[in-house]
Amino acid sequence: MSVPTNMEPGRPGSGLSSGGLDPSDGRDVDGTAAAGLSIKARTQGELVLRRFVRHRGAMIGLLVFIAIIVLAVSSIGMGPIPGWWDKTFTTTGSVVDGGRPTLDPFPAFVDGDGFAVGESPFGQDSIGRDYFATTMRGAQQSLQIALLVGLVSTIVGTVVGSIAGYFGGLTENVLMRVVDVMITIPLLLLAAVVARSTDGSAPTLGLLLGIVVWTSLARLVRGEVLSIKEREFVEAARAMGANPFRIITRHILPNIISTIIVSATLTIAAAILLETALSFLGFGVQAPDTSLGKLISEYQTAFATRPWLFWFPGLMIIGIALSVNFIGDGLRDAFDPRQNKVRA
Amino acid sequence: MRPTKESATVSTSQASGVVGEVVPPPLDPTTEILRVEDLTVRFPTDDGMVHAVRGVSYALHPREVLGIVGESGSGKSVSSMAVMGLLPRSAKIGGRVLFRGDDVLRMRPDQQRSLRGRKIGMIFQDAMTALNPVLSIGAQLVEAVRSHEHISHTAALLRAQEMLDLVGIPQAKDRLRSYPHEFSGGMRQRAMIAMAVINRPDVIFADEPTTALDVTVQAQILDTLLAVKDEVDAAIVFITHDLGVIASVADRVLVMYAGKPVETAGVDEIFAEPRMPYTAGLLGSMPTVDLIGERLRPIQGTPPSLINLPTGCPFRPRCPIAIDVCASAEPPLLETDRRGHTAACHRWEDVAGYDDATSMFRVEKGQTVGLVAEDTEDVELPEVRPEELGRDGGTTAGGPA
Repeated sequence: MSVPTNMEPGRPGSGLSSGGLDPSDGRDVDGTAAAGLSIKARTQGELVLRRFVRHRGAMIGLLVFIAIIVLAVSSIGMGPIPGWWDKTFTTTGSVVDGGRPTLDPFPAFVDGDGFAVGESPFGQDSIGRDYFATTMRGAQQSLQIALLVGLVSTIVGTVVGSIAGYFGGLTENVLMRVVDVMITIPLLLLAAVVARSTDGSAPTLGLLLGIVVWTSLARLVRGEVLSIKEREFVEAARAMGANPFRIITRHILPNIISTIIVSATLTIAAAILLETALSFLGFGVQAPDTSLGKLISEYQTAFATRPWLFWFPGLMIIGIALSVNFIGDGLRDAFDPRQNKVRA
Repeated sequence: MRPTKESATVSTSQASGVVGEVVPPPLDPTTEILRVEDLTVRFPTDDGMVHAVRGVSYALHPREVLGIVGESGSGKSVSSMAVMGLLPRSAKIGGRVLFRGDDVLRMRPDQQRSLRGRKIGMIFQDAMTALNPVLSIGAQLVEAVRSHEHISHTAALLRAQEMLDLVGIPQAKDRLRSYPHEFSGGMRQRAMIAMAVINRPDVIFADEPTTALDVTVQAQILDTLLAVKDEVDAAIVFITHDLGVIASVADRVLVMYAGKPVETAGVDEIFAEPRMPYTAGLLGSMPTVDLIGERLRPIQGTPPSLINLPTGCPFRPRCPIAIDVCASAEPPLLETDRRGHTAACHRWEDVAGYDDATSMFRVEKGQTVGLVAEDTEDVELPEVRPEELGRDGGTTAGGPA
């Protein structure tokens, strides 16, 4: 992004008395300068976006992630959104063919039968509920929890970390000791206790897990703020009379937004797995609702006889966690200024 | 109390001068914007207490440019940071800083904050690091306005555009969207000036604003700074180690050494007839056009440690005319034979006795004083400054083009 902008405006001695606020003066310079400005300058945001779009893994991850969300939300519907799938995850029916999946993913030239979706593509469970609808519901719940955890933990972690980092002293000590204590408690145990004391609905669970997993981001943000606040532009902001809140939100956080975004993405991936583990242990989403982890836990004994009850939610978990991780990787690379391989 | 050559001009008000006490001439407080009285700054360190500023006093009048000169570590930056309230909490600050009669040092933090940026602006040395790299110039200017005024973003942006225009950035409207790295060094410093004056402050602290720039751009920036100062009716405290710059912008000069002012005078007097050997040494170590073919006269030695200052005059170990009394008593800053010209030297009469005070550092042929004085009368930026010639080897092509 070589931009020929380093042209000092020529101002022979006259100072500003002649130039000053006279618009005609500025216009005159416009003409000459615009001629030299043939290459468009890119902002930092444009550069990041460009690097992200060119990151193959991240783009595939993003497409997969969007596809999973669209599939999960649109198939059985969610809230006001109507679903196109004709069965729900609560209605039972007669078990057909031992509940085997009717999905035949292979086209005719591979196995002869031809590609087919069938009546219940992911099979049925033991009481005849459609397992595709069940899995989609599980994915909805898990995604909801994961995104909520990402949001809540990012907000809490950023607030705590930046306050601790900027103000230092006693404030920092108190906040960071709280973080230390929280980190020493096994996360799964803490989450289990917290989750157990609620109604087990997805939004509550997401909020509660969010206020449990923010600690690592708080440490990260604190470290970044500690280094940024020593930069001269922060002192310049103080010399300008900005109050601490403005300095943190307008001057410091924009400088570490990359760290925060990357960390939030990776937290979402971790939250999917945390929710899975919790639900597997029976502390997560409670019946009659379901989640991906709960499905796996419910049918762990059926693995030998009816493996599809294990595989489909398992694949969804892997798909979500992997795609989000790839997105996070791509973002981290895109924000890294040393990544200059892909240039304008 | 001291015999002088022209005793008629000696002020008698100094008789009460306590040793080590700095007494600025009494001034009508209604005309002063800023008055600094016996400002001291100490930093506790592992090695002991660092006495960074040991009693600085000055008064600033509307539209005045006060130059503070001194070498690194002389306390010139620290003293202005103390006035701005920007020193770390560990710093121990004493004395009084009166802004329009109110003591800044005893204000609540939020009162101090409302002065900073609104009444007292600051220009930093390196605009590259003092501007936020991830915010556009416009956003930073808007931020400067909205830190103090509750006005709409659009209105603030309009003000920002006016200011960029004022400091001579072409296409101001488009440039608001530019980022600092897209500006050249000179333009960044212009933006920095715009940010310092956008709230029309009464006082601007300019901490080496041109040191990071090359000489030709330096001249343009000084030009801009003085023009903007007139536009917004501000006074400037101009901090630098560059005597040439001081000569072209300042009305009065305060020379600092080891945390203390050692000489104050009008810019013409101090360059023509310094009354303190240190000032004379600084002048002698500055390359000037009439010194071509001659050796510079450096001041030998280094400044003293600010942790364990020796008794007596801190400049004594480097002073060519030091006598016994210099080792035992630190000279106070007292008025000399001219009104408003103060010096902290036991032997200022002897310094005044030199035709060319710089020659005390190395007696050589040539008279340099006359020319320096002539040049500095031109407080409007001279087309070609002698120190520029000295550096560029005599070319004049580098002037503002």
